[in-house]
Amino acid sequence: MESDIELHVDGRARQVRLDSRTTLLDALRDGLGATAPKKGCDHGQCGACTVLLDGRRVVTCLTFAIAHDGATVTTAEGLADGERLHPVQEAFIERDAFQCGFCTPGQVCSAVGMLAEVAEGRPSAATADLAGAVELSGEEIRERMSGNLCRCAAYGNIVDAIQDGAR
Amino acid sequence: MIPFDYERPSDVDGAIATATSRGSVAFLAGGTNLVDRMKLGVTEPELLVDLGGLPLDDVEELPDGGLRVGATVRNSDLAAHPVVLRDYPVLARALLSGASGQLRNLATTGGNLLQRTRCVYFQDVTTPCGKREPGTGCSAVGGSTRQHAILGASERCVATHPSDMAVAMAALDARVRVRGPEGERVIPLVDLHRLPGDEPERDTVLSGGDLITAVDLPPLPPGTRSLYRKVRDRASFAFALVSVAAVLRVEGGVVRDVRIALGGVAHKPWRATTAEEELLGGPATEEAFRRAAELELAAARPLSDNGFKVPLARNTIVAALRELSLEER
Ligand SMILES: Cc1cc2nc3c(=O)[nH]c(=O)nc-3n(C[C@H](O)[C@H](O)[C@H](O)COP(=O)(O)OP(=O)(O)OC[C@H]3O[C@@H](n4cnc5c(N)ncnc54)[C@H](O)[C@@H]3O)c2cc1C
Ligand code: SF4
Ligand code: FES
Ligand code: FES
Repeated sequence: MESDIELHVDGRARQVRLDSRTTLLDALRDGLGATAPKKGCDHGQCGACTVLLDGRRVVTCLTFAIAHDGATVTTAEGLADGERLHPVQEAFIERDAFQCGFCTPGQVCSAVGMLAEVAEGRPSAATADLAGAVELSGEEIRERMSGNLCRCAAYGNIVDAIQDGAR
Repeated sequence: MIPFDYERPSDVDGAIATATSRGSVAFLAGGTNLVDRMKLGVTEPELLVDLGGLPLDDVEELPDGGLRVGATVRNSDLAAHPVVLRDYPVLARALLSGASGQLRNLATTGGNLLQRTRCVYFQDVTTPCGKREPGTGCSAVGGSTRQHAILGASERCVATHPSDMAVAMAALDARVRVRGPEGERVIPLVDLHRLPGDEPERDTVLSGGDLITAVDLPPLPPGTRSLYRKVRDRASFAFALVSVAAVLRVEGGVVRDVRIALGGVAHKPWRATTAEEELLGGPATEEAFRRAAELELAAARPLSDNGFKVPLARNTIVAALRELSLEER
């Protein structure tokens, strides 16, 4: 079954006709040429396909595009404001937190989404007092970023970069 | 993946009518389990009924002080809900320990309850599995059983239920509201999932066209404390080997209220009623906690690779109760 849907990707409204089996990830990459989100595991386990969907971080490999007609998607590419990089992207450069191009776009989107969750006061499994304020400790960052797996051990620098990016 | 049709109804009755219009139908919520299974070829629906357009995404406070959680409320939103944080820490902790931030933003209450086992043989269509294909036997028995059940299994299936949220809800005496072709009914959460018996293919007591509309959480009695403890192979983002949801009220050193549910040990969230009966009205001591846990686990039938789960479950129960009773002083 084919359908026409509209997605707002990185600030542009895009129409796309797709088979109902197309995941949001495949729609972005193959249908719309938005190749910042990467296909790592394709099963929700690595975080490489993370984008902000209507402002919230999600994996795109386990959701069908057809279910998101009209949605707004921000990929790592769309985080920048024209030539000016997002503060989290700047911090990743400063801290040498970029490693391979495969996981980095997902890491950056996840970091931006996670910082918004912290700003809203949402606790994580690492938050000692559920009802209290969330402090952005290394432990908080590690727990919140645990959905992004990378095999090159850039983790330490990523934690520092996120702490910087939050300032 | 086989081709499928897609519908997005805007009301509950429409969703149920659409779902019963054809043989091979699945409700689609966040998709984080269903889409995965469709990719693996484990589940092959011809029609998906998307629940995203239904008005089931609210958390509502009930007159009795409880909470009604709509079926499409996101796991992340439920975990951050102020009433959940204040009154049901066991549930918030269980939700926050499940999956990752990106997955919790998609996953829903109904979908989390009805997600299917991650038994590796169930997910690998090249191996026999009676849950996936009735009558083909069980590859886990005689295979790798580290993740599998120690309680309530049958020789037909030894899979565990993977949800953390459901374990907390079992300890909270949650009730599941279901609407089906024959109308509405309410099922205690502990009765929603089945033990495998002779029909491992049936995970729950639900049948075709049955839609979970909400989960009701009764209020906890004043003075009770609750927590969730999850033991897994890495610090975060992994399914439980064993988990414990515990609710406890101690007064003057005596256990006045206790509820214990276990995850990672059975085909369903396992309510530890034997341990609860043993503890109720008795002293809140480490020795009593240990004896109760051992009584509960006397029924355990470990498999070749998961004997470690028996002491692990015992120690996790004791540690959970100890922590709750210490807080009491
Ligand atoms: C890598 C990974 C790690 C994970 N780790 C954990 C973990 O540690 N702990 C944990 O608990 N979970 C974990 N999960 C599972 C995740 O929490 C579930 O996939 C999710 O909760 C399912 O919700 P959903 O809304 O995406 O369901 P869907 O995938 O949309 O649906 C799941 C099933 O429920 C049915 N369904 C959905 N809603 C309803 C309804 N209202 N009425 C009737 N039927 C319905 C669907 O037809 C489908 O069969 C993990 C998942 C992944 C991919
Ligand atoms: S344990 Fe159950 S799900 Fe796993 S192979 Fe055996 S029958 Fe299938
Ligand atoms: S590709 Fe989506 S999580 Fe790995
Ligand atoms: S950043 Fe890609 S493997 Fe580490």
